[in-house]
Amino acid sequence: MRVDKKHWYDYLWIWSIIYFSLGFFNILFAWLGMIDFLLPIILAMFGGNKFFCNHICGRGQLYFKLGEDFKCSRNKSTPKWMASKWFRYGFLIFFIAMFGNMVFQTYIVASGAKNLSEAIKLFWTFRVPWGWAYSGSVFPDWVVQFSFGFYSLMLTSLLIGLIVMILFKPRTWCAFCPIGTMTQAICKLKNRKSNK
Amino acid sequence: MAFKQYAVVDKTLCVACGACEIACPLGAIKVHKGCFANVIKDKCVGCGKCENVCPANSIKRENREGI
Repeated sequence: MRVDKKHWYDYLWIWSIIYFSLGFFNILFAWLGMIDFLLPIILAMFGGNKFFCNHICGRGQLYFKLGEDFKCSRNKSTPKWMASKWFRYGFLIFFIAMFGNMVFQTYIVASGAKNLSEAIKLFWTFRVPWGWAYSGSVFPDWVVQFSFGFYSLMLTSLLIGLIVMILFKPRTWCAFCPIGTMTQAICKLKNRKSNK
Repeated sequence: MAFKQYAVVDKTLCVACGACEIACPLGAIKVHKGCFANVIKDKCVGCGKCENVCPANSIKRENREGI
């Protein structure tokens, strides 16, 4: 007998699909992904918990849905190094550096030193033209540049998550998700007295 | 009735993602304050579902003493 009832937030995997689909039509929707960046940190800082990861992360739910319910995962053990502290914190530092670079690119466009690049970069390497998802707007170019950069980051991390989902366990991405690592560190700091 | 096995979490490895909490059919495992998962020993029947979904390999099953 299952004890827990289904809640509205158990269906947020649908939101994840909608978010990535919207990016194919209008890149400005990429800004909505900031919710996934800021909300977990706010909840960890003020609530001292990982409610976001545990219940409302649409991406985690999507991996679980595909891997567990649709049997798209090989269900093999995650390699030890992938869930190790040095890899988790190393990936977090790398991710923050790439985020910083993306913000810097936005700044360059805002200052007028560089033109808007209507492309996304997958795995921080492969440039994919994405011009069809932008046909002008009332917003300044830097807002659009941020959208392209941020969507690149979101899509790249989704693809990494899907690859490790297929190769290992459905939610292997969670083992080294930078947001998850950051929020767990915040929670550990916040609750260090009660955890002793 | 106590079951032979129960789940044990290695707190140093747990990433507190909550996958085990979703997988557990009895609500016998909960993430404690965003730090690590905690097993409610009396509720756990040792089915191993949490162990199967844990992405950090932090859950193992152990035998209960005296059974």
